[in-house]
Amino acid sequence: MSVDLSTTYLGLKLRNPLVASAGPLTGNLDMLRQLDDNGIAAVVLPSLFEEQIEHDELQLDRLFEFQADSFAESLSYFPDTADFGKGSREYVELVEDAKRRVSVPVIASLNGQSPGGWTRYARMLQDAGADALELNVYFVPTDCGMDCTEVERRYVDLVAEVRKSVSIPLAVKIGSQFSSIPNIAYRLMSAGADGLVLFNRFLEPDIDLESLQFTPDLVLSQRHEVRLPLRWIAILRDQLRCSLAATSGIHDMSNVIRVLLAGADVAMMTTGLLKRGPAVVAQIVDELAAWLAEHDYASVEQLKGSMSRANCPNPSMLERANYMKALATYTSEYWAT
Amino acid sequence: MSEPRFITIDGNEAAAYIAHRTNEVIAIYPITPASPMGELCDTWSAQGRQNIYGTVPEVIEMQSEAGAAGAVHGALQAGALSCTFTASQGLLLMIPTMFKIAGELTPTVFHIAARTVATHALSIFGDQSDVMAVRSTGWVMLAANSVQEAHDCALIAQSATLESRVPFLHFFDGFRTSHEVNKIEQLSDDVIGAMIDQDLIKAHRDRAMDPDRPVLRGSAQNPDVFFQAREASNPFYLAVPGIVQRTMDRFAEVTGRAYRLFEYVGAADADRVLVIMGSGAGAAEEAVNSLRGRGEKVGLLKVRLYRPFDTAAFVAALPATTRRIAVLDRTKEPGAIGEPLYQDVVTALYEKWHVANADATTIPQVIGGRYGLSSKEFTPAMAASALAELSSDEPLRHFTVGIRDDVTHLSLAWDPDFSTERDDVTRAVFYGLGSDGTVGASKNSVKIIGENTSMYAQGYFVYDSKKAGSVTVSHVRFSPRLISSSYLIESANFVACHQFNFLERMDILQVAGQGAVFLLNSPYGPDEVWDKLPREVQEAIVEKQLRFYVVDGFRVAAEAGMSNRINTVMQTCFFALANLLPRDEAIAAIKNAIKKTYGPRGEAVLSRNFAAVDGALAALHEVHVPRSATSELHRRPPLAVTNQSDFVERVTAALLAGRGDLLPVSALPVDGTFPTATARLEKRSIAHEIPIWDADICIQCGLCALVCPHAAIRMKPFTKQDLNGAPDSFVHRPWTGKDLSDYLMTIQVAPDDCTGCGVCVDVCPAKSKEVARHKAINMLPKDDHLERERVNWDYFSAIPEIDRSLLEHDTVKSTQMLQPLFEFSGACAGCGETPYLKLMSQLFGDRAIIGNATGCSSIYGGNLPTTPWATNAEGRGPTWNNSLFEDNAEFGLGLRLAVDAKRDYAEYLVKQLSDVVGDTLVHELCEAPQTNEREIAAQRQRVEMLRHQLATCESPLARALAPIAEAFVRRSVWSIGGDGWAYDIGFGGLDHVLTTGRDVNILVLDTGVYSNTGGQASKSTPRGAVAKFASGGKQARRKDLGMLAVSYGNVYVAQVAIGANPAQTIRAFVEAESYPGPSLILAYSHCVAHGINMTTSFTHQKDAVQSGFWPVYRYDPREAHSDGHPFHLDSHAPRKTFREFAMEEARFAMLARSSPAEAERLFELAQKDIDDQWHYYEQMAGVVREISG
Repeated sequence: MSVDLSTTYLGLKLRNPLVASAGPLTGNLDMLRQLDDNGIAAVVLPSLFEEQIEHDELQLDRLFEFQADSFAESLSYFPDTADFGKGSREYVELVEDAKRRVSVPVIASLNGQSPGGWTRYARMLQDAGADALELNVYFVPTDCGMDCTEVERRYVDLVAEVRKSVSIPLAVKIGSQFSSIPNIAYRLMSAGADGLVLFNRFLEPDIDLESLQFTPDLVLSQRHEVRLPLRWIAILRDQLRCSLAATSGIHDMSNVIRVLLAGADVAMMTTGLLKRGPAVVAQIVDELAAWLAEHDYASVEQLKGSMSRANCPNPSMLERANYMKALATYTSEYWAT
Repeated sequence: MSEPRFITIDGNEAAAYIAHRTNEVIAIYPITPASPMGELCDTWSAQGRQNIYGTVPEVIEMQSEAGAAGAVHGALQAGALSCTFTASQGLLLMIPTMFKIAGELTPTVFHIAARTVATHALSIFGDQSDVMAVRSTGWVMLAANSVQEAHDCALIAQSATLESRVPFLHFFDGFRTSHEVNKIEQLSDDVIGAMIDQDLIKAHRDRAMDPDRPVLRGSAQNPDVFFQAREASNPFYLAVPGIVQRTMDRFAEVTGRAYRLFEYVGAADADRVLVIMGSGAGAAEEAVNSLRGRGEKVGLLKVRLYRPFDTAAFVAALPATTRRIAVLDRTKEPGAIGEPLYQDVVTALYEKWHVANADATTIPQVIGGRYGLSSKEFTPAMAASALAELSSDEPLRHFTVGIRDDVTHLSLAWDPDFSTERDDVTRAVFYGLGSDGTVGASKNSVKIIGENTSMYAQGYFVYDSKKAGSVTVSHVRFSPRLISSSYLIESANFVACHQFNFLERMDILQVAGQGAVFLLNSPYGPDEVWDKLPREVQEAIVEKQLRFYVVDGFRVAAEAGMSNRINTVMQTCFFALANLLPRDEAIAAIKNAIKKTYGPRGEAVLSRNFAAVDGALAALHEVHVPRSATSELHRRPPLAVTNQSDFVERVTAALLAGRGDLLPVSALPVDGTFPTATARLEKRSIAHEIPIWDADICIQCGLCALVCPHAAIRMKPFTKQDLNGAPDSFVHRPWTGKDLSDYLMTIQVAPDDCTGCGVCVDVCPAKSKEVARHKAINMLPKDDHLERERVNWDYFSAIPEIDRSLLEHDTVKSTQMLQPLFEFSGACAGCGETPYLKLMSQLFGDRAIIGNATGCSSIYGGNLPTTPWATNAEGRGPTWNNSLFEDNAEFGLGLRLAVDAKRDYAEYLVKQLSDVVGDTLVHELCEAPQTNEREIAAQRQRVEMLRHQLATCESPLARALAPIAEAFVRRSVWSIGGDGWAYDIGFGGLDHVLTTGRDVNILVLDTGVYSNTGGQASKSTPRGAVAKFASGGKQARRKDLGMLAVSYGNVYVAQVAIGANPAQTIRAFVEAESYPGPSLILAYSHCVAHGINMTTSFTHQKDAVQSGFWPVYRYDPREAHSDGHPFHLDSHAPRKTFREFAMEEARFAMLARSSPAEAERLFELAQKDIDDQWHYYEQMAGVVREISG
């Protein structure tokens, strides 16, 4: 019996639930092609960072202008020739090229900085042919005077603004640091998000002990990190009408099945791809089909959400008390040995 | 023909456009002010822009102008259409090839931005001494007098050279025309195509060297035929004037602009006529028109075709009524009967006046004058004075105009009130800093009016000699008529001062006319600004009844995220006040211009500029001007230090005050000799933040002082006695080394000399344990610390320097307690070159003789008004000279030969005088070692003893010995320059000097580009770097000059990077200087042309070394004996990839952005270069050498 692996994410019909999330691999056209060849269902391109673009543009402008028009013999220091200020155009070209090269949906990702920037770039990516847009939103409040209401309002207003400016499906990728994830998730959906990606893993700066400076660092995910989206997807699945994507710790087939059981529409991978290469996609897809067949599932749709909070046999495990329960289980096992 | 298209460009672009459209091979080499022509052609070809034949011209950079001429010669001989661009010394280097090109009747055009040839001094500015120096080469010389003419004559020259077969020198005045922005009518491809005869191109190709049709050309000839063969080309030269005039006539048919070989304007019955060639014709024509309006019978003859000089056409162009002629030459030929144009005019009249005027009884009387050397202003008033001289009973036969000659009394006076400016011309003058974008905004304003209205627009820009904190003055005219006013604005109806502090040091309002608008960028609002103005400014505002406006440009710019770039704010205010366009239209036009200029740099840049425009008008306020001046503040005197020499007080002070034009001839040295140690007099105070010392944290390493590019932060040890009278604010701590027990020390900033670059703070390794970002020195707002630090600096400076012989000079700390004899230069903030020069001056400056190649180091080292080369308390210090760009190694060798010759003679004399001097002293003078400071000090004492003894001796030998007795003290001879010199134009000489075995220390300040001319590629430019002349990324691997020198075996060679390994750098300098043969130090010098953050530039040098991009090493021939390993690889194996290093520099990163695939290819090759080089160096480190002799 052949199993139907297809799923729907952001209204897009996908051939299976495996999506390459935004990362170094998806910025490379050859790699995108390989992912496609190995059966990936959709690709999320690396984020267009408005801040980065602005920084680069301003930096370049500063370097061009530094010492320019200051001395009669050297009125400039660089040839004013090449198209150095490509900025967002480089990203637009990536979207266009990706659309030409791969057969599966291409989801552009955007991290804006200014309200105008979010909408401007969103339209630009839509015009470039992106099948959907993932908003990579984060805000690090540093001011004690700013309360959570204000922070959350920024998120919601931003999604509403972008929603008004584009017609393609919209996903919102958020972090897990909210007082009430269900509430913010609901409000984001209400503001126009067609899907939520749970959760973003942020840059966590380290301290260099020699230079005594913070240094940027982003570590790859570990398998166990899947448990964070696992819980929240299970909790949210029954309450939201939008798509849900799980990301973090999805390195193999078993975690793919876990997040689907919890209610995810797709499982997103980065670390697994980086560590094992595009061929891992084909392997997981095969394993997924085999597992479903072995366990008598007819389709992914059948599997999806069958362990959501409403559908699982022990929903209390998803709540606060489950920590105590886990501890009790652990200690009892320990003492048992 | 298509509709005329008006563009607003400068003369260089006007000429280069035609050159690129009509040529196939373009060989280039940078030289001011012609460099932009080569840069533009390189850029256009890199962009794939085609010539009218449908191909993209090949643009190739050569190693010198001589090389460019040679390449062009070859390209022409093989049948291509080829050209080049140059000026000044560059043109002189082309002379031998030019004789060949002309001798072979080869059609080409060299476009020349005419510039002063260096004599008693170098000058980058404009006159015709260069083109006049090539008169004998047999080239046609065609002069363009304006930007439009540079465009038109470029095409006329290209067309006529093909027909005549005689090569053309198409020239226009450097800066005045090459850099003037003016509205011109662009020649369309239709016009260009109509002017270029394809049959003539075919004929050129048919004459080319081709093995299918072999010829011998360039033979050697003997007395039997050379002479006749030389005469055989006469018909071609005879035909040139006719061809040129016919070409001009054809040009007139297709464009409507008519030119004549000699163009007369003025009264048809003129009795007095001015003859002039070049941009001065603009001012002269205005003068003639003005004088005619007063009823004077005067005229002007503009010379366009100077060679061949068509005597008949010249005479025919003059009115028959001409009685007296004044010929103005923009050159000087000492010893000649007169300058060249004068002599030609006299000869032409003598030969042809009676032919044209058969009834004439006499020929017109001719006088000749020099004007405008080195871009000296030439105004209508000066032209009028020459015409006035013709009216005097006995006019000066030879004169000068534009200066006051109180020595030979040749100069004509002129009427400063004689003005030809019209009332309907807007004349605006903008004072700004290079860094605030004033020039860019002014150029944009000229373009806005020129390209959006029917008005004509002109911009000309004046820069000072500093690279950091340089002042710019933009002169901008808008007129309903063509603007040919080839001189600076003397009476402006709009004056803008973009920096408030200029008011206290410059007479900004001198140029303001009665009732002008004065716009001031002021941190003070309209109600408080008046009381902040110096009294002189208030008086000028009141007396001239100026309308006074203020805008807080820095606030508006900061709010728009523009930092200190106030250009668009000030530009918007200018348009609002000048009423050139309706306000809304003006703002739209400004934004459109911004979009054109900055559009390619991205949305972020655009939006910030737009925000600055939008915020400007709300911040613009008119100031109510009181009826009289009230201020107690006064403008600062030009000299910060008093009690200087008479020369400094009279001359240097005048230069600093911007009154150099007023100095008479008698004030200037006759041979270009100036005192050193004058930069310390300037006190430009350009920093916004300065480093402040936290003594409790300092570990006294000396790194801050070592890297400071301007010697503005210093370390000094001293005794407790030296503290008597110290101000309370003077901070000091005990010296931490055991070598100077009981000593104290201070780290002190020179607050008015610091540029605020911040490199000292960046390299400081000492951090507070409580607040990690707080270091032993920290950049703090200058205004909060200025007064205190001024007092401290004055006290610090007065503390005697430590005895040099107390310590070995082998560490950062021990070198940094030595007095720098190179200080406060005008180099860029954060300069990567100057710390090496300062270090050299600390170690050897009191006995250093320096030959300096032309380039950045000769400019910040020797460009008036002052020099950073300094003296110590004994009056000793580096003595410095700049010969040329190309001959500096040879020049240094000559210095060494002279030093050795003097020493040999001194030895000979002292031995002859042993009876008087004593055998012991003679022996010690001749034989005593001088390997360290103690031994040198001892030798100086011996020389003193010798002098003492010689003073009482009447012998002629003693009188001969006394003046050269100092030759017994070892001299440190240095040839210093950049990589453009050492790798390219001067390489042949440098290579030769290395083989002589003579004790010359060659220091290459290696930036990897021609920094001084704006970053053109050299053979030191690394692969993959974007530079001018290498727009698509440098293709070839960097030349390994060090290893070429190592191959000789007996040359000391070191490659150093002071920011990466200061100890190795110091060691290399000491070893190189002590080595008694030739030494070569390649010093990694970061540069603004690398596109890096200059504040962190010294720490960034570590990346250069750690990536293997710049391995540091030393090769010491003294160790090439007895199984010695002379090559010391002081770097560790590369720990970073080239890409990691490269992506931190815009010169590489911009290629990665613009052409990722090409960048990938070049970066990979560059990595292979590094890997191969490292492998090679590692092997070298194991090589045993046995070098004899």
